[in-house]
Amino acid sequence: MSKRTIIPFGPQHPVLPEPLHLDLVVEDEIVVEAVPSIGFIHRGLEKLVEKKDFNEFVYVAERICGICSCIHGMTYCQGVEEIMNLQVPGRAKYLRTIWGEFSRIHSHLLWLGLAADAFGFESLFMHSWRIREKILDIIEETTGGRVIFGTSKVGGVRRDVTNERLKEISVLLKTYAGEIKEVTDIFLNDNSVKHRLCGVGVLSKDDALMLGAVGPMLRASGVAQDMRKLGYAAYNDIPVEPIIDQSGDCYGRCVVRIKEVFQAIDIIQRAVDKIPDGPIDMKVTGFPNGEFFARTEQPRGEVIYYIRGNGTKHLQRMRVRTPTFANLPAILKVIPGCSVADIPILLLTIDPCISCTER
Amino acid sequence: MAYFKKSPWIIHYDATSCNGCDIEVLAALTPLYDVERFGIINTGNPKHADIFLVTGAVNEQNKMVVKNIYDQMPEPKAVIAVGICACSGGIFRECYNVLGGPDSVIPVDIYVPGCAARPEAIIDGVVQALGILEKKHLARKEARKQHDRIAAN
Repeated sequence: MSKRTIIPFGPQHPVLPEPLHLDLVVEDEIVVEAVPSIGFIHRGLEKLVEKKDFNEFVYVAERICGICSCIHGMTYCQGVEEIMNLQVPGRAKYLRTIWGEFSRIHSHLLWLGLAADAFGFESLFMHSWRIREKILDIIEETTGGRVIFGTSKVGGVRRDVTNERLKEISVLLKTYAGEIKEVTDIFLNDNSVKHRLCGVGVLSKDDALMLGAVGPMLRASGVAQDMRKLGYAAYNDIPVEPIIDQSGDCYGRCVVRIKEVFQAIDIIQRAVDKIPDGPIDMKVTGFPNGEFFARTEQPRGEVIYYIRGNGTKHLQRMRVRTPTFANLPAILKVIPGCSVADIPILLLTIDPCISCTER
Repeated sequence: MAYFKKSPWIIHYDATSCNGCDIEVLAALTPLYDVERFGIINTGNPKHADIFLVTGAVNEQNKMVVKNIYDQMPEPKAVIAVGICACSGGIFRECYNVLGGPDSVIPVDIYVPGCAARPEAIIDGVVQALGILEKKHLARKEARKQHDRIAAN
């Protein structure tokens, strides 16, 4: 038997912009065990609910993660609205849906770029991010921010977009879809990409369910689970079919995310066609009293917010279960048996967001 | 002689940032902003780097990591705090596990505000850091000359 060695991976590592620390136990080139250690980004912001009032806390919720910030803010607002029994105007719900899908497109394009960087295809990384900038331009124009949108608030949204501009954006997206397809075709058909992705890190359907994986990780293993089916925001009127893949390997996760980009474009276009006129927010009086579990589908998977209010302006408790946290057991399951060189791409296929996980 | 203006290499570490500033740092490297055309490269190795970009506030767990990276960088070096969290703690200032900006652990030269800091602002911060690197380089050169003079006498 060959000798066992421990290779530390991170916290400062070129492939991930975020600090995640793994101790990789290796025998020759094969990893036999991975031991994570966390806490490098722990800020303790759940405790902040006791210091900020429930309206102010939307800003903190949006800053749990800078990539899925829009949906974090939206989920928090939905939870509080549910406790307070607020009926949010239809236009606000549609705008939330549209921005939520925009953040999904930008997040998936970002992931495609980082994945390309991880398997060493630098120009593909650059092209993915070039297109992502165009999506960011639309986001900046409609919300005012590039990565932190700041549009959600309890009782509606902060900004409106005119119907004419929404129509123009819908047409614009059609041309962007063509450009995105040029890049994603390389991911799907290029031999060197397939060589790095196919058959790497296979997660079976049973394991995915048993370990509680969520999002593209779960759907790539053949389980059709998507929280958008719950019908929050405008997803009641715009039905979404979960995109699944049967392979369960890195390539499958890549395929699911690429298809979701085009699905998101389709959802935005359908939402623009259906968006009702009317107010974008409502007056909020009183304080939340009660508890609620809010669940939404982020780019990375299902996020759960537990919110409990006690009738004062400060919430009593807020707890977030983020998708990366749910996916970590699954990725630790598939790491043993792979080679050290595959670790970066394997870790990236769960689209890790450590600042969500550790908060 | 402008040594550092030609090709400053950068190392980036995410202290407790929310990722917003991190992806803007990466966005500055990609085709729209493309700082690589000026010779600026994002390296993963502290010993190759001239400029240290820190995003986010420092906490108990990562203060040693920040200090280690700083100590490993060769002189002269400049530190840029990117984003409001790295300047003062920002919205997370009141959190129990936030010690404050990286300036509580290492000396910081440039503060880039913003939540999230825009790529233009980050690039501007790097350009200002080049001036500081040059000054530090000249000061070191002067000090070495003086040392040699004293040794010769």
